[in-house]
This record gives sequence, structure tokens and C-alpha cells, in this order.
Amino acid sequence: MSENMEELFERIKALENELAEEKRKNEGSAQTRAKIKHMSSEVVDTNPYSRLLALQRMGIVQNYERIRKMTVAVVGVGGVGSVTAEMLTRCGIGKLVLFDYDKVELANMNRLFFQPHQVGQTKVEAAAITLRFINPDVEIDTHNYNITSVDHFDHFMNTINTSSINGGRVDLVLSCVDNFEARMAINTACNELNQKWFESGVSENAVSGHIQFLVPGETACFACVPPLVVAANIDEKTLKRDGVCAASLPTTMGIVAGFLVQNALKYLLEFGTVTPYLGYNAMQDFFPTMRLKPNVNCDDKFCRLRQSEYVAKPKIEKCEECVEEKPLHEDNEWGICLVDETVPEEYETKKSVAPGISQAYELPDQDIDFDIGAEADIDTNEQSLEELMSKMKSI
Amino acid sequence: MVDESTRKTLSSIPLLKTKAGPRDSNLWGQRLKEEYLSLIKYVENNKNADNDWFRLQSNEQGTKWFGKCWYVHNLLKYEFEIEFDIPITYPTTAPEIALPELDGKTAKMYRGGKICLTDHFKPLWARNVPKFGIGHAMALGLGPWLAVEIPELIEKGVVKHKSNT
Repeated sequence: MSENMEELFERIKALENELAEEKRKNEGSAQTRAKIKHMSSEVVDTNPYSRLLALQRMGIVQNYERIRKMTVAVVGVGGVGSVTAEMLTRCGIGKLVLFDYDKVELANMNRLFFQPHQVGQTKVEAAAITLRFINPDVEIDTHNYNITSVDHFDHFMNTINTSSINGGRVDLVLSCVDNFEARMAINTACNELNQKWFESGVSENAVSGHIQFLVPGETACFACVPPLVVAANIDEKTLKRDGVCAASLPTTMGIVAGFLVQNALKYLLEFGTVTPYLGYNAMQDFFPTMRLKPNVNCDDKFCRLRQSEYVAKPKIEKCEECVEEKPLHEDNEWGICLVDETVPEEYETKKSVAPGISQAYELPDQDIDFDIGAEADIDTNEQSLEELMSKMKSI
Repeated sequence: MVDESTRKTLSSIPLLKTKAGPRDSNLWGQRLKEEYLSLIKYVENNKNADNDWFRLQSNEQGTKWFGKCWYVHNLLKYEFEIEFDIPITYPTTAPEIALPELDGKTAKMYRGGKICLTDHFKPLWARNVPKFGIGHAMALGLGPWLAVEIPELIEKGVVKHKSNT
């Protein structure tokens, strides 16, 4: 008996060692490099930042190393969000805060980033392990919950407000979620917190996508207008929906993630121009852009508040550096000019916002749509909620 | 957009008045009362029309809902558990109704067993904020979904009748 026990103890010890070894491998701590205190621009094979700091040498970015003080929240770590997080990690972002409530599945393998051995892990944890391995300088926080639920929304708002490297509000929120409810929840939070954010999305047929920069009060918020769709130029009738909810392609998602991070970097590091809305139609390789003003009658009261704050704020005049409008040719004897021959395409049923971009649906002008008369009106005065709840239970 | 019988069903479900979600602490109680009144009326209508097909109840705060729905196919009754949360963005966004036991059994579901709605549902819901409530989501969302999906799942043998077990 005691011999048996001893054997068992030894076996347990062996298994524990094996487990510890596997854990160590998973964490990648064995192979990963040491943290780097300052980004160096020295061009040597061992410097992971040399090509990024070259942006500074070339005059594209004024001060690249600022990125190490910056925090970005990525909401949704799926096809777009995971690639977004990887790009920011490779760029040496200071801190990432990841939100997602989902687990890695084999059905995700048509997208980038996640690998089959991660199936079953939460997306945020699996992502954090990979990202820390790629760049141990990046601080990563993970939150595994659904932000739209009553139980978690306050925590989500608080996290956005206090998770930056110095304990303040994050510098930017990137929405990489795949549903309307979550986008609305991010919109609600960002309007309340006066937080700038980017929205991104890929259509359910996988052949169009978009990114949008939302500055509370200054640009249209997500609740100001019905969701926008980039025309895919596919006849709705030929689009078969039988038996499936959504399609996805790693290409479209990678492209959208690229656009998203490119504009996030431009905003964070102040170079180039941040595009307020950039659409992508994969069928024609058409990239519509536009700017949307906020809706003064927006449903979101914090959006309306931010709008009034924005109106009251003195505007900063942007000086255009040395861009003098000079005619390309001094004289034009024959009066030759270029004529735009592109014919704007028309989309009849849906309200067009800009060429190639329309609203997913129109809202009624008045608040009567489903007219069914007054008889169905509700009178809640008579009964208490408890009475109603028990009545419902007992039917 | 909506067929005649659905329209008729919809028109008999009382409309709601209060635009409030679970974060609006003052008005949410009022909205919740309206939800219950509307749902009770809808269930009573169904019973009177011999088309009783679901029961729902919520937690005390009215933020988590659960219950059962039935579907009759070839004289056999199939029963499924329903659950959904009221999102903080409600009623601007509709609740996402889920049948967890069917998760993974049909492609017309999102993760967690949330049913995949038609292209018409969201525009119709958006045009009727805040008048549509949980009852309308059931009538417009889950009802038509069951009618299309369950017979197919039974034919495929994915869903089996429970009485024999």
C-alpha cells in the first residue's frame, strides 16, 4: 500500500514538472527577449524598432517614441481586432486594453492571427500571450466579458476612463466588434466620456468594409444616423442568404484592420490626415470617403451635449504649410481643362449619403410608422411591477 | 416587408411609451411595467387564438429574461429554453434572443445560440423605437425563426422529440 502511494507521489511530481514545462512554453517566457527601455534608431539586426524610428529620420513622424506613452483600447478581438492589436504591438504601442467575451474556435481559422492550438482559450488571453511574445515592451490588459450587458458596462466605461499608462483615460478606442448592439454600447460610453474613437466593420457578405473616426460633438456619432453601408454593387436578389448568417474573408478583414491602424497611428503620432470615413468596396476596388456632421436631434443626449460644447469652443485655425495654389501651367492658350467623366452611380431604395455610401435603412420623419390606433395604448397605473411579474408567471 | 398575419399579430400587441433602458434608473421601472403589460396581453391573445407558444419571466431588475417556447410539428410538440439579456442600449437596439440548446446545430445562429434575424427586423425595430418591446421582438424575431428553422432541423434529425426519452 505505502509503496503504491510513493509511486503515485512520484508520478504526480513528474506530471507537475511536465505541466510546468508546458506552461513555460505557452507563456513563451523562455524564448522572449528582454524589455527595451528606450527605442533606439540604431540600424542593427537586433533592434526591433530601427525601421520604425526611421520614420522620424525621414521626417514622416516628428517624435515616434511618443507611442510608448500611449494606450489604445481594442474592443472585439476577432478577425479585425486581433490583427489591429498585432499591428499596434509591432509598432511598439505603450499599452493595449483588450475586450472580448468569445473563445477561439476552429471556425475562426479563415481569419488571421489565431492558430488551431489556441482553440478553446478566450480570445483576449490567447491574444495577450501571442502579443507579449511578439513585443514584451507592450503592456496588455485583458477583459473577458460582454460590454453590452448591464453587469459589465459600468466596468467597461470605468476601464476606458482609467486604464492609460499613467492611470488616466485611454488615448483612443478602436471598435472592432461585429454587431450593432456592441457598437451602440461603445458609442454610448464614448459620448459620455467625451472619448475619441474609431469604428470599423466588414459587411456580412465579406466584400465591403469601412472605418470611421468619431469625435464626440464634432462628427456624427454612431446614433446620429442609421448605420451606413458601402454599396457592394451586388443585386440583393442574387445574394443568397440560405443557411448562413455571415461570411468572412481574411483579405477584407486584413485590409480594414490596416486602414484602421493606419489612421489610428496618424491620429496618435500626428502625421498625415486622419480620414473621417473611409469605405472599401472589394468588388470594384472603390474607396469612397466623406465627412458626416452630427445630427442636432440625435437620440443620444450626451451626443447633443458634446455638440453644444463643440459649438461653444473657439475653433483652432489650421494653417496649411506652404501649400500655395499655383497653376500647373502658367499659360493655357487653348483653354484646355480636365473634365470629370465619372458618372455617379445611383442607389434608389436607400438614402445615399455620399457616392457609394448609403444608410442601411431610413427612419420615419414623424414618429408614426406602425399605425395601429389608440386602443392598444398601455396604461401602467393600476398594477405594481410585482403584481405584473407574478401575473406573468401564473398565466 | 411583414406578411399579413404577422402584421395582424403585431397590431394586437400593445405598444410601449417610455423610452428607457436599464441604465435609466428612474424610468426603467416604468418601462418594465409596460413590457410586462404588453407581454401579458400578447400571451393572452395567443391563448385565445389557440396559438400559445411561449412563456417568459425576468429577474427582479428586468435585465435578464428566460423562459420556454414551443413549436408543433406533425402533431408533436417541441420545447426549447429561451434566454436573453436586455442590453444597456435597449430599447434603441433590440434584445438578442437566444436558444442555447440549439447552439452549433444550425448556421442561422450567432455564437451562444443567438438567433439570426432577417434583414427586415432591424430596420423595422429602429423605425419603431421606443414603441416596440420584448413582445414585438418575440413576434417579429423568434416566431418567424422557429417557423422556418425548426421543421428543417427536425427533418435533418438534428432536433428530436423528447417525449420518448
